[in-house]
Amino acid sequence: MRMPDLTALLTATAVFTSALAFAAKADEVHVLNWKGYGADEPWAVEAFEKATGNKVVNDFFNSEQEMLTKIRTNPGLYDVVMINAAFNDQAMAGKLIQPIDVSKLPNYADISKDKAGSPMLVHDGKVYGVPWVWGLTALAINDKSFDKPPTSIAEMWDAAHKGRVVIRDDAVEAVQFGAIATGQNINDIKDMDAVKTKLTSLMPQIKTFWSSENDWNQMVASNQIDIGTYWSGSADRAKTHFKLPVSLVVPQEGAVAWLDAFSIPVGAKNVAGAEAFINYMIDPKFYVEWVTKVGAPVSANTKAVEALPEDAFNRKVMGDPEVAKRIQFQAPITDAQREAYLALWQQLKVDVK
Amino acid sequence: MAAATASRSGLRSALPLLAPAYLWLTVAIFLPLSAMVFFSFMTELPLSGKPWAFTLGNYAAFFSQSLYLTLLLASLRLGLEVTLWCVVIGYPAAYVLAKVLKGRSREAIFLLVILPFWSNGLVRIFSWAMVLREGGILDTALNAVLPFKINIDLMYSYPAVIIGLVHSYVPYMVLTCYLTLQAIDDSLIEAGRSLGASRLQVLKRVIIPLSMPGLVAGAALIFVPVVGSFMEPRILGGRTGTFYGTIIEDQFVAVFNWPLGAALSFILLAVVLVILAVASPVLRRAA
Repeated sequence: MRMPDLTALLTATAVFTSALAFAAKADEVHVLNWKGYGADEPWAVEAFEKATGNKVVNDFFNSEQEMLTKIRTNPGLYDVVMINAAFNDQAMAGKLIQPIDVSKLPNYADISKDKAGSPMLVHDGKVYGVPWVWGLTALAINDKSFDKPPTSIAEMWDAAHKGRVVIRDDAVEAVQFGAIATGQNINDIKDMDAVKTKLTSLMPQIKTFWSSENDWNQMVASNQIDIGTYWSGSADRAKTHFKLPVSLVVPQEGAVAWLDAFSIPVGAKNVAGAEAFINYMIDPKFYVEWVTKVGAPVSANTKAVEALPEDAFNRKVMGDPEVAKRIQFQAPITDAQREAYLALWQQLKVDVK
Repeated sequence: MAAATASRSGLRSALPLLAPAYLWLTVAIFLPLSAMVFFSFMTELPLSGKPWAFTLGNYAAFFSQSLYLTLLLASLRLGLEVTLWCVVIGYPAAYVLAKVLKGRSREAIFLLVILPFWSNGLVRIFSWAMVLREGGILDTALNAVLPFKINIDLMYSYPAVIIGLVHSYVPYMVLTCYLTLQAIDDSLIEAGRSLGASRLQVLKRVIIPLSMPGLVAGAALIFVPVVGSFMEPRILGGRTGTFYGTIIEDQFVAVFNWPLGAALSFILLAVVLVILAVASPVLRRAA
């Protein structure tokens, strides 16, 4: 009697585990996003898992190119991917993402019309990206180094800050920053030589090229820098979450604005889970908690922004019509432009060695 | 004839022992590397789903812009400097380990040399960042001891890159030199001394020539990876931290231009091989 019992037990266990494994697979939502950027907040993942029964598996990228490579080389692995709107075109043209049925997303109706209808996200009437948050690449300052926050981008060139200025190690961002400093349209740079001259004169001011939020915060925490380019959401997070002396400055010359959106890759195994996850990400409840606990960019959902206190940075400053007039949204750029920008940026970095 | 047969049968019996290593090398190194060679001659990566063709343009790019050559020379200089410092620091340590210390104390010192290998490379680099910056550990400690005020801010500079790289690679020099130094028969040194040679003469005529293979092996082990290094310069070098390795990394990570990145890597490989080929007869004679 003993032997058959054992066999039965083993079989039962095997069947049970495989059923479990299968069940777990079907309910997993694989999300690809920047690390520490909302979707991987433990409290958010827990709340979403509790509400929907889906299990969230996060994966991360360090650059837009890496993100595109990851979805390209792992078809069917990811269910949700966060794509900067300027890259949505490229992802769609490469047949990497599929149209989204927005009727399945109750919160979609509250997304501001200009963002939801952005030609960067909607192609042939089909929605390829659900706007999530937007923000600025502007300036941030170390409060300890300034009595009064500066208003002009020229502060970066001030000799008083020599060796205490940082800029992100990103060719596109650097060139677009140079365009703003020379009073040009970031999406249609006519005078590239002026940008080059302007950036060349900035290079001796630079302490280092930052690449992650952590770099920036570390340098401010140890009082090594005065001013630098920074993302609005990160500056907010540095202030609220890490209690660092950081303030965002939207210079009078303007700032680069970007829009981040969620897409569903072609071949996603759990489209229903992906839709539920995206809907949760644009929900006012999640957003308010994200801003309060961690610090975040501005939600594309108007109801979510309205749910913030009146004096909240993301409502007061970022919602200010005066700021809205100054900012320029990034449009898609071609590979040829990207390579030209990189060549310029590398040349600048070599010349300053 | 008999000798040839013997060596052939020797090879046959050695084959099962060699097979796993060579199979692994074929799969893990040769195949990906040949794929990279293939990519370096392409206009577009096949993965990107765009049409592609064969081209020499990626290699031509190296010669069309002076910045690649400038950076390659900067990286070669970095490699030489780091190797030199590793010799200066590592060789005496290896000598002490091999000839002076015995027993327990040797084991303890040996452990300290190998210790850096047990920690992650990034952790080591970031801990240097804490030490080297203004108001960091070095700055604070020196100012606490010295009667006058000094300002040490080595972070984000060329010396910081050298310090970080030397720290990472000096164990290689210690280990290779230790092995050859330990193999030197003590009676050779004693013979030299008893025949009237001074300590310096013994060092120059006996110890250094006999340990040369270890020095050469250590130098090659250090020089090659340092020339292509990108993590240490990027984190510690600040605005002076752009090297040949970092622009190769940019091509792979920032612009997804694998063909150009691969071509730049193979140019580096070729340059390093030429340097080693030119240097090897000289070094062999010295050894």
